[in-house]
Amino acid sequence: MAALAFSVQMPGMLTTVQDSGRWSYQGKGMPVAGAMDMQSFALGNILVGNDENAAALEVTLLGPTLSVTEGEGVAAVTGAELGFTVNGEPIANWTVVTIREGDILSFDGPRSGCRAYLCVSGGIDVPMVMESRSTYTRAKVGGLEGRALKKGDAMRCGEPAPLWNRCEGLVCPEALRPLRDPAAPLRVIPGPQDDLFTEKGLASFYGTEYVISNSADRMGYRMDGEPIEHTGAADIISDAIPLGAVQVPGHGQPIVMLADRQTTGGYTKIGVVCSVDVAALSQRLPGAKVRFSKIAVKDAVGLVRAEARTRDELRKLRAAWRSSARVSSAPVPEAVAAPTGGEAILRVDGKEHVISWEEIGEVE
Amino acid sequence: MNEKKYPRLLTAGDGCVVVEFGDVIDMEINSRVASLAAAVRKAEFPGFLDTVPTYRSLAVYFNPVTTDVDALYSKLGKMASALGTGKGSESRRVIVVPSLYGGEHGPDLADVAEHTGLTPEEVVKRHTANDCYCYMLGFTPGFAYLGGMDPSLETPRLKNPRELIPAGSVGIAGKQTGIYSISSPGGWRLIGRTPMRMFDPDRNPAIFLEAGMWVRFRAVGKAEFDEIEAATAARTYRPEILEEVSPRLVGAGEVL
Repeated sequence: MAALAFSVQMPGMLTTVQDSGRWSYQGKGMPVAGAMDMQSFALGNILVGNDENAAALEVTLLGPTLSVTEGEGVAAVTGAELGFTVNGEPIANWTVVTIREGDILSFDGPRSGCRAYLCVSGGIDVPMVMESRSTYTRAKVGGLEGRALKKGDAMRCGEPAPLWNRCEGLVCPEALRPLRDPAAPLRVIPGPQDDLFTEKGLASFYGTEYVISNSADRMGYRMDGEPIEHTGAADIISDAIPLGAVQVPGHGQPIVMLADRQTTGGYTKIGVVCSVDVAALSQRLPGAKVRFSKIAVKDAVGLVRAEARTRDELRKLRAAWRSSARVSSAPVPEAVAAPTGGEAILRVDGKEHVISWEEIGEVE
Repeated sequence: MNEKKYPRLLTAGDGCVVVEFGDVIDMEINSRVASLAAAVRKAEFPGFLDTVPTYRSLAVYFNPVTTDVDALYSKLGKMASALGTGKGSESRRVIVVPSLYGGEHGPDLADVAEHTGLTPEEVVKRHTANDCYCYMLGFTPGFAYLGGMDPSLETPRLKNPRELIPAGSVGIAGKQTGIYSISSPGGWRLIGRTPMRMFDPDRNPAIFLEAGMWVRFRAVGKAEFDEIEAATAARTYRPEILEEVSPRLVGAGEVL
């Protein structure tokens, strides 16, 4: 069975190849990039049988139209509800469907959220650049020639993981999907420069409402609202900018720094939005109202770990789904050692079969 | 007041902690940042993701799912305090950056000469005389924040930044000098251009420069520029990187 290949009929508003990001080069000035809503991205990959870091398409608001030019595989859309269809038929998010040569994948318009992840078995196979496939458009790195998709592009997928075809019909239960309550405050870990703001400035930040401005992209979201007062200068000696950092330049309006942020900068950082809420923010649109609240580091770490557990839960569900399904009465192989998971070659009647399996109770 | 303020640990979210060694731009402080970065990379603790050395602090990125955050904080605190006075290493690595000065490659050379009261030849002479220290990289991939330019070359930024500056342009902004690593908008005074690519994602390494290295500009003519440019495009160019034992240091406390 051939791996999937796609041709881009319409690119959509901003569709880029993303994986879990380009780590370990920030010290040389290379931004991380990667999926903006990391949890939705990872869950999508699990659904289609991939490693959770496999490259997928990050679809922004108005999605692309793709035709499957080759092969067969499975696909799932997670994150924002952007009206995913296959051959014109609506397909619910968080649901695995089989796609094959001749199929048309499209999006008929946004319902909620901002960024969806179209994950396909095998992952999008573009060249690795500095150990990642993520697109970073500002330096024209990764993805398809370092840019968003355009009409006429061709994309190939990698070899799908074993058992991919048994993922069909798998649905991520609602309880495991990330909560993306658009009214929930963004939880902020104070520091590293919260001591450079006045009491009044801190009260503005944590006590009043901000609106996401039109300056909102993969690099960062600038907010409009009550100016945040510094004790003195707004500039510091440039230092690192972590994901979710809330920079406050001299004008007093906060900017939340996101996936494509530059690695270093010289503005004071009043706090850092916790990782889980960075993903939540990336699903919001300009014009949306935002409030900030405080969270302790250990509680924020707890939230990240809870998300990791939901990914483990989904892997368990996937294993159960794959093992319950549709097994034909194949002969029981002899003399296979009792491994706990993996792949083996069986010879039955002189024919070789590659058998893959995973253990259901293993993850926790 | 004799309170021991540094080194100190600053929380920077649920996946990053910053170790700060001071609040000035200073080579001695910066050398401690580099020492800690090396030690952290060597320690290979579980969940480690990345380090970002800057002028006076080191950011350490980690995966909060697999990292014992309290243990990491305490370990970093101990490592930072154990670094001692951080005199910096005796030897230094110098990367030679060939540069074609003036003309279309350095359209602001005449302005810099006029501003500083020097001849263009003298500007080039002084720009290539002092090695510059790379405190950190940032802004764009491979962009170095350099200190140590001859102070007589200080020239303010352009009032109106250019919309597109070619990659490799060598510029001056106030007391700083630097090299644009990718084509981008910018307001630095351009005095020359290097045919080297400071950033090439399809090359290994994509970026030659590292924080703590030194940059030595070397003036080249058009013929050599073209030759190096061709070798760079073919990815056969290997920059000159020298290991030197040198007593020459930029004065402590130097501020850009």
